[in-house]
Amino acid sequence: MTTDVETRVDPRLISGAKIPFKWVGLFIILGAIIPFVVEGYTAFQATLIMIYAIAILGLNLLTGFNGQFSLGHSAFYAVGAYTAAILVYHLDFPVYVTIPLGGVVCFVAGFLFGLPALRLEGLYLALATFALAVAVPQILKSSHLEGLTGGVQGLDVFRPPVPEGLPLTMDQWWYLIAFGVLLIMLWLAWNLVNSRSGRAMMAIRDNPIAAGSMGINTSLYKSLTFGVSAFYTGIAGAMAAIVIEFVAPDSFTFQLSILLFIGLVVGGTGSIWGAIFGGFFILMVPNVAEEISTGLSYAVFGVILILVIYVMPTGFAGLVKMLGVRIKKMF
Amino acid sequence: MSHLLEVKGLEASYGNINVLHGLDFNLEDGGVTTILGANGAGKTTTLRAISGMVSRKGDIRLMDKQLVTLGTADITRQGIAHVPEGRGTFVRMSTEDNLKLGAYSRRDKAEITQDIEKVFSYFPILKQRRTQQAGTLSGGEAQMLAVGRALMLRPRLLLLDEPSFGLAPLIVQELFAILKRINVEEGVSMLLVEQNASLALELADHAYLLETGNIVISGTSDSILENESVRRSYLGY
Amino acid sequence: MDLFLQQVLTGLANGAIYACLALAVVMIYQAIDHFNFAQGEMAMFSTYICWSMIAAGVPYWLAFFLTIGISFLGGVAIERIIFKPIHKAPILSHIVVFIGLLAIFNSLAGAIWDHTIKTFPSPFPGGSFHGLIGMHEVGMFFVTLILLLAIFCFFRFTRIGMAMQAAAANPESARLVGIRVGWMLALGWGLAAGIGAVAGMMIAPIVFLDPNMMLGILLYGFAAAVVGGISSPAGAVAGGFLVGIIENLAGTYIPSIGSELKLTVALILIVTVLLFKPNGLFGKTIVTRV
Repeated sequence: MTTDVETRVDPRLISGAKIPFKWVGLFIILGAIIPFVVEGYTAFQATLIMIYAIAILGLNLLTGFNGQFSLGHSAFYAVGAYTAAILVYHLDFPVYVTIPLGGVVCFVAGFLFGLPALRLEGLYLALATFALAVAVPQILKSSHLEGLTGGVQGLDVFRPPVPEGLPLTMDQWWYLIAFGVLLIMLWLAWNLVNSRSGRAMMAIRDNPIAAGSMGINTSLYKSLTFGVSAFYTGIAGAMAAIVIEFVAPDSFTFQLSILLFIGLVVGGTGSIWGAIFGGFFILMVPNVAEEISTGLSYAVFGVILILVIYVMPTGFAGLVKMLGVRIKKMF
Repeated sequence: MSHLLEVKGLEASYGNINVLHGLDFNLEDGGVTTILGANGAGKTTTLRAISGMVSRKGDIRLMDKQLVTLGTADITRQGIAHVPEGRGTFVRMSTEDNLKLGAYSRRDKAEITQDIEKVFSYFPILKQRRTQQAGTLSGGEAQMLAVGRALMLRPRLLLLDEPSFGLAPLIVQELFAILKRINVEEGVSMLLVEQNASLALELADHAYLLETGNIVISGTSDSILENESVRRSYLGY
Repeated sequence: MDLFLQQVLTGLANGAIYACLALAVVMIYQAIDHFNFAQGEMAMFSTYICWSMIAAGVPYWLAFFLTIGISFLGGVAIERIIFKPIHKAPILSHIVVFIGLLAIFNSLAGAIWDHTIKTFPSPFPGGSFHGLIGMHEVGMFFVTLILLLAIFCFFRFTRIGMAMQAAAANPESARLVGIRVGWMLALGWGLAAGIGAVAGMMIAPIVFLDPNMMLGILLYGFAAAVVGGISSPAGAVAGGFLVGIIENLAGTYIPSIGSELKLTVALILIVTVLLFKPNGLFGKTIVTRV
């Protein structure tokens, strides 16, 4: 079975797209205003949404653009989070440095995992990544590593106060940091996808045999993509650890991998900005389901998922694109 | 006298793109008709429209039975066997199983076994390969298997989509000779889509020329062969 | 040596659980060419239905076969009602729908039958076989084998079995030989649901009935199926037993592992197997032409 990842990749990507400056500008302005017009808790939630969006973007690079199916991204998220937590807790590292470090550690981990995973396709790769997702929380809980990881109890992460002189609350400050990181990661992803490497990645997704015979080093690209994807997710994990001020193994179970996957599909596989909607969805909808019915919240969530797929089978980004085409036709 | 296949005002589209713009053509019982044309003219789409594989409008009648409202499986069961572009064999299954599947809609077990032997008599190489996975067959063998599978339906009408595609000239000659035999001996009518015009015109008695979704010329093969402009554009001499 | 034998047998016993589920996984895979995450929850739901019947006084075997029938119909209905409208959607979207179904079944079961753990009867005599392995486990082992035989015969020797495989492998060509692909899919779902129900009813006496009983096991059933080779029902069953045995031996003989990391180790071993045999131990290598 091939992964058969069907995506709606914007045809402009092939002809050499330009960043739609109007929309991006609007996004930046609106995004920057948010923490100042909403309550602290909402800003915190928005921060989490952005963190999830970065993780989903990472998964998208691997699955949407490179066709490698992963059920294991909760593992990279965990590695990023624990890297940050351990560095801060045991070695007193400055918190801000741990974010890129978490990313780098994950890049290496992802690349190393990607190397043997090369040989596996579709279902078998899914299984291998699933094994990873299940293994990592178990390893984190194990008594052997308790000294380092805090075992089942986890670790507290101490957040330093907002830098001197800035008239911001803790929530606002970290929102802005997350926003900044998100913008950078979006920009990097956009550049990657529109580069020669990006086209090579997509060629591998669409027809690996043909790609190989065109001279693309598929093995190297696949492993590197794993690495880059893990890098993104690791950064997200590191930021999550800091913003939540706590890490514990049970926050990083296989369910998280499933959530990220849902975020990917609902946002729109193969769409960069769709990840933002994906992040929004996986944070907010479980809460909404809870509110509709506490006893059956899980069932409500399931129903919403199914309805969402009915309404937008290619994700939110796909829906928007389709509406955009329809609206253009009217003029 | 009514025709075996009668097509009127056939339109077909992929999504928003209209590919066929109202075709009219007929096929007589026992005859071989070919649809010629350049790439993109809509030849494959025409066959797919008859088989219900694309979105279509118009009138398609097989011996007065309306087909345009039916789904592919039902159209097949009416007696139309379609040998698709790219062969469409079940690659993970054996040659023999592919043939057995061809007879899926039939119930007469003993006759099915006979028919498998008949297919082997037309295509002896398939008998040698009977237990091999269809995906391991060469291009020519796979094409023969595809035709053989279609024959297992005991069809009234055989639709053939570019059977010569990707095959070496000698194999193509062999294949077309066998097709002629099948037409004569089994009385199976054929609608043949081909880019190899000279070969097609040898086999067929009638021909239609398709250009961007419209029929531009129709007539007997002989008259087409005599038509200078057609000869120059499509046969190269 | 005695300990080893006992651990192997215990492993086989656990493995029978995985094998049974692996069969359902393979079944659905043969039918729809991918994996249904909701399989376990559907099996759990079926088991609860059986439980209700037994609690209402219906004799075990009658309830057993009625449940299989109901599950079959349920599977067919789910395919026709929920999946038919989204046939053309990308596979990844289908997976999200599976997840949605999983959530719905899990939550509904908890709501209808509450979350207290229930016991589920075993049709086999109590006690153990020479003190090495429980009678129920032995019974389960044989039920799994019978099921396997039935499935094998279905795919190999029946017209419909072959048609179903054809429909999954190449739907367009299947239609061109007159196969109604939509109904083949529905049939596949029905059969998988039926097999899942059997798996659930066999497993419940051991792990006890509660809405979350299948979540963990299913994933190992999935692993077993893949290790055995997803195209081979016999391979899946063998895979199930293998996973059970490896898991148990690892837990017993590698001292630092203990029960908490048992399954993790098993999984890692599985993945290692896959590195050397990417199509599973017994899977067929499929020839791909560019």
